[in-house]
Amino acid sequence: MAAAPIEELVRLLAKLPGLGPRSARRAALALLRRPDTLLAPLLAALEVCARNVRRCSVCGNLDTTDPCAICADPDRDPDLVLVVEQVEDLWAMERAGAFRGRYHVLGGTLSALDAVGPEELGVERLLRRVAERPRIEVVLALSATVAGQTTAHYLAERLKPTGARITRLGYGLPVGGELNYLDEGTLAAALAGRRPVG
Amino acid sequence: MGQALPEIRPAPVAALAVERLRLRDLRNWARLDLAVPAGPVVLVGPNGAGKTNLLEALSLLAPGRGLRRAAPSELDRRPDGGPWAVAARLAGRHGVFEMAVGREPGAERRTVLLDGRPLKDRGRRAELVAMLWSTPAQDRLFQEGPAERRRFLDRLTLTLDPDHAAQVATYERLLRDRAVLLRDGRRDPAWLAALEARIAAVGVAVAAARRQLVAALTEAGAAEPGPMPGVRLALEGEVERWLEDEPAARVEERLAAALAASRELDAVSGGAAHGPHRSDLLVRDAASGEPAAACSTGRQKALLVGLLLTHARLRGALLGELPILLLDEVTAHMDVRRRAALARALEELGAQAWLSGTDRGLFAALDGRATFLEIDNGTIVGDERPSHAAR
Repeated sequence: MAAAPIEELVRLLAKLPGLGPRSARRAALALLRRPDTLLAPLLAALEVCARNVRRCSVCGNLDTTDPCAICADPDRDPDLVLVVEQVEDLWAMERAGAFRGRYHVLGGTLSALDAVGPEELGVERLLRRVAERPRIEVVLALSATVAGQTTAHYLAERLKPTGARITRLGYGLPVGGELNYLDEGTLAAALAGRRPVG
Repeated sequence: MGQALPEIRPAPVAALAVERLRLRDLRNWARLDLAVPAGPVVLVGPNGAGKTNLLEALSLLAPGRGLRRAAPSELDRRPDGGPWAVAARLAGRHGVFEMAVGREPGAERRTVLLDGRPLKDRGRRAELVAMLWSTPAQDRLFQEGPAERRRFLDRLTLTLDPDHAAQVATYERLLRDRAVLLRDGRRDPAWLAALEARIAAVGVAVAAARRQLVAALTEAGAAEPGPMPGVRLALEGEVERWLEDEPAARVEERLAAALAASRELDAVSGGAAHGPHRSDLLVRDAASGEPAAACSTGRQKALLVGLLLTHARLRGALLGELPILLLDEVTAHMDVRRRAALARALEELGAQAWLSGTDRGLFAALDGRATFLEIDNGTIVGDERPSHAAR
């Protein structure tokens, strides 16, 4: 049995996604074995984050400023808003570096069973943003899961009266993917979303 | 998705078979390590000996909660055993593999291992381990409400379409989500419309998969009537009727519209007035045309087993592999003629079959061909193998 503070550390680490009790114990030991090079810097980083990181009141992104750096960037197109489920989806889109508009981060998907409704997803906030800009396009970039698609359907329904242009990401052949390894659903979607060549 | 069933392949038909079975702390079994010979296996012993428990252990290798639909902790050996585990070496069209299932220590969850590695994909498991079972609980299948028959049909569908179970679960979750919204008086029309559109899409896929199976079973039963009595099947339901004369996309729209129109009613009932969760499987005796519910108990059992065998044959024809059959107390209501027909049908089919019963005499028709395991108090006390069986 480890000392109580170590047990507490393990207990908290085990709450992190991807860590179970065993990997939490390993992580705790790794920290304790490197007090100067790992534990102290981590502590400092956690403190800085706890003090400074907040949710952007415009888009729901996490940043040290409010509005976040993306919302405050004058070079990013305010007439193009990409709706994602989670901050990690925003990060993925930013890594791709192909998008020059702004975001709305829902923070989840609609689920009456889990008491996640439009209020929790900041839908009114999104509608107000859209109403302010008559030429805006909203791109629904939600997961192709049932929950993602239900939420996308809902958002499209709510956005329709604003007159905004509503689009969604395309489904289809992954870049570098081989046709004969695709599942039937993706293949059918790729066929439906075919493009003229040249 | 429950789309087209795979085309019939003339490949040689393999029979999925358990070659070795090991148990630990499951129900009244403390330990078991059994090398399983070819041919039918008959479990004989008094009530409470552990015959059904052994069949249940086998059924846990397939996706789902097994043939008693037990929660993981219910399966632990009382009073001091557990957590339980079942491990088997199986051979089939995917070659030889090890499947192990057990309860996670300290959790109401099961872990599944394929060749020693965690397997989370239920579809993959359904593809690897296909089992059909008949239990005394099904003796009232034709008398009971339609929910049991739908579940029965969905299990059959699953052995052909591994994604079917996930589709049904999604469909039920969406219905519950809608019921919560309606119950709480949240008449957010956009949210309800979004849910109803998904319910319609998934619901029509579920209905279409069931419909395809019923058609294929009807055809297979008519094409090759076996020694067991044949059945005539029909799916009775609104969505199925719509699918008769309209394309699926149009039926989806129609179902979504019907759900939108029944919100008031559904808010009161707590359910949903439209959708494939209201359909029923109608079974008739092919020879007499009589509804199965009106047949004698013995005839009903024979119809049910006949249906299972037809389905097993269909899976063999479609996927090149026969499922494992678990037939618990199957001969209980059968007379000597039907028991002989069953033995003949099993031999013609060639699937691995596990049967159980209290009296060895009930399986006289399998003498010399089957392995007889005498079971008492969670142990094998007698093991009599046919002379040709390799150990």
